[in-house]
Amino acid sequence: MRVHTRSDLESLGAVGLAAIYPSRLKVSVGMATCGLAAGAEAVYRTLHDEALAYGLDMTLVSTGCLGYCQVEPLVDVRMPGRGRVLYARVTPERARELIAALATGELPAEGALATIPEEGLPPLEGLPSLEELPFYAKQHKVILRNSGWIAPTKLEEYVAQGGYGGLARALELPPQAVVDEVTRSGLRGRGGGGFPTGRKWQTCRDAPGAPRYIICNGDEGDPGAYMDRTVLESDPYSVIEGMVIGGYAVGAHEGYVYVRDEYPLAVERVTQAVSRAEEVGLLGKNILGSGFDFAVRVVRGAGAFVCGEETALIASIEGGMGEPRPKPPYPALQGLWGCPTVINNVKTWASVSAILAHGADWYQAIGVEGNTGTVVFSLVGKVANTGLVEVPLGITLHEMIYEIGGGGRDGKAVKAVQTGGPSGGCLPARLFHLPIDYETLTEAGSIMGSGGMVVMDEDTCMVDVARYFLRFTMDESCGKCTPCREGTRHMYRILTRIVEGQGTPEDIVLLEQIATWVKGAALCGLGQTAPNPVLSTLRYFRDEYEAHVRERRCPAGVCRALIQLVIRSELCIGCGICKRECPVGAISGQNKKPHVIDPSLCTRCRLCHDACPEGAIEIVR
Amino acid sequence: MPLIPQPLPLAGGVLLDKLHAINAEYGYLPEPALRAAAEELGVPLSQIYSTASFYASFSFEPRGRHTIRVCQGTACYIRGGDRILEKLITMLGVEPGGTDDDRLFTLETVYCVGSCSMAPVVRIDGDTYGRLKAEHLPRILRKYRSLESVGEEEQGQ
Repeated sequence: MRVHTRSDLESLGAVGLAAIYPSRLKVSVGMATCGLAAGAEAVYRTLHDEALAYGLDMTLVSTGCLGYCQVEPLVDVRMPGRGRVLYARVTPERARELIAALATGELPAEGALATIPEEGLPPLEGLPSLEELPFYAKQHKVILRNSGWIAPTKLEEYVAQGGYGGLARALELPPQAVVDEVTRSGLRGRGGGGFPTGRKWQTCRDAPGAPRYIICNGDEGDPGAYMDRTVLESDPYSVIEGMVIGGYAVGAHEGYVYVRDEYPLAVERVTQAVSRAEEVGLLGKNILGSGFDFAVRVVRGAGAFVCGEETALIASIEGGMGEPRPKPPYPALQGLWGCPTVINNVKTWASVSAILAHGADWYQAIGVEGNTGTVVFSLVGKVANTGLVEVPLGITLHEMIYEIGGGGRDGKAVKAVQTGGPSGGCLPARLFHLPIDYETLTEAGSIMGSGGMVVMDEDTCMVDVARYFLRFTMDESCGKCTPCREGTRHMYRILTRIVEGQGTPEDIVLLEQIATWVKGAALCGLGQTAPNPVLSTLRYFRDEYEAHVRERRCPAGVCRALIQLVIRSELCIGCGICKRECPVGAISGQNKKPHVIDPSLCTRCRLCHDACPEGAIEIVR
Repeated sequence: MPLIPQPLPLAGGVLLDKLHAINAEYGYLPEPALRAAAEELGVPLSQIYSTASFYASFSFEPRGRHTIRVCQGTACYIRGGDRILEKLITMLGVEPGGTDDDRLFTLETVYCVGSCSMAPVVRIDGDTYGRLKAEHLPRILRKYRSLESVGEEEQGQ
């Protein structure tokens, strides 16, 4: 069918509603990349085969990500008349048992994480509801509103959830009013820069020259961040709808979604969504009978971090090397092929479609003054609950890490949190009272960034972390400007000296100088922010640097040149696992007798330490 | 009018699409295919080379049948991804970027496949393996080795 009018949308939504809430048993499996990495594919197959074997009248669907990655694979079972339960850490064996129970009309208690409240479905005794779980209690979903709840490429289901209501409303307003609405919402760029989205659109709208372009930046390269991947995999229409709204507002008729090559499933899903939207006329000519035309093309990146920088991304779409160019002129004035271009992040576009659907006032009421709305973080690293978390701006780091994240892993103390990827910094635990907003994080020496939040505990060496990021930026520097190309290399060399126990106190001073110079002199955002991991760790964890250069000691027990591995004979049971795991044959010992490590052969890779079932291998710092 | 006629700019993303298509067909970018692409798209071979050599996804050398990408993203790194890499280097006897002797595996590192909550992570072709421990690796690689004879596949852990 073609969708020409609001009532066509309503009929499409009715079809979707029936698919989301069928009258028969429905089982949904979260199958975004995280779920798949946890084994969701095998679970899905088992559910399918077993349901067939039992002759169960059941709908089995693959959905996107619910965000609680720690307990993946997640299976959502909805039994009309009985209830709706979310099962966690489902294995193929558990899936088999689940189907056996469902076949008798039971919702088993084993493995149940929570009930999913739904009107008309009774709550279940003894199970918390999903929003009562500490992981979800403080979350507020705007960008991830549909993620995990709908079949990602089923347009009907997106429409049933209110999708395309924002575009329908936008097309009834004059374009300038759409820009004004976005301006009034207070939305700021969710890629990390935090530039007011409405102002960017206004600049582009007022810019001379044609044609104009819309770009969605899905080149999410920050290591430790996967918010954009999840949105593209779990709810691609929310992004495409936002882009059409943006096109209408600024007078563009062509848009590009640039997705990084490392995200094959995101490329696939967004490509499918674009074709489907074209098929029904929600992309193409005369969208919703408004006379407005808009086309979208998906471009797959090719493995270059710098392409996340907007001018480099534009060069990449144009078919060249992904090298940045100086700004100004900003892309809003001279972007793709020199034409006025609005380039926004995936999450910004997904926010736009929600803002137009619910209005600027609704959006403005979320978050705090100057920092309105919600932001998505990937909470990962040494934290008990890992996953994607969407919160209103202004909540504190403490709420994020301890209340939502559940604190450190295995009872270890959290030492720091890293935000903003290689452009960001490490903040110490004593600053966890700070609210999460663009200005506060910048003042503290980090940045909001696109949403990576990596928690670090007492076993993480901050010098090693700084070196890790400098290695990253050195590798990913495009080489065009000297401060970045050479500066990152020098900083990496100095940091390597320090972690290898060859550093001097003067090295720390030199490191700080070079970091300051690169920050001031590099051409693009990548280079200007590359020193942040160094500067922030020097600011908050200088004692760790000092321990490395003055005492030749790594307090976290990470840096290989500064540690020894020793088997504690009183704990060793002689199982031989360490001997088998050692890549260099440094461990010897007889079966059931305490083993020993030959320090002259040992490379201190700690594989034995990780593998030992008895915790008998000690790291001597 | 410029004195030397300039080639018309390609539509957005066309060159990258073409390179991806060649890469999907051959597993790398063979020179004859690039020459043919230059002809077909009407762009100089030098531009194609400059673009292709810039991006990590493309290689001018043939690769192994399976590509192992060890994630070195931040979450993977602090949860032991470097040690997973080390184990693979010893197991395969090649450094990152290298292909083993029987041309079965190419070992690569990647900065983040975006499955950080499952860290440490390894991606082999299209399959992502999360919550990995070094001791899982022999079993996983065996699967791909036996795949060559059996032709059957299993995913997840």
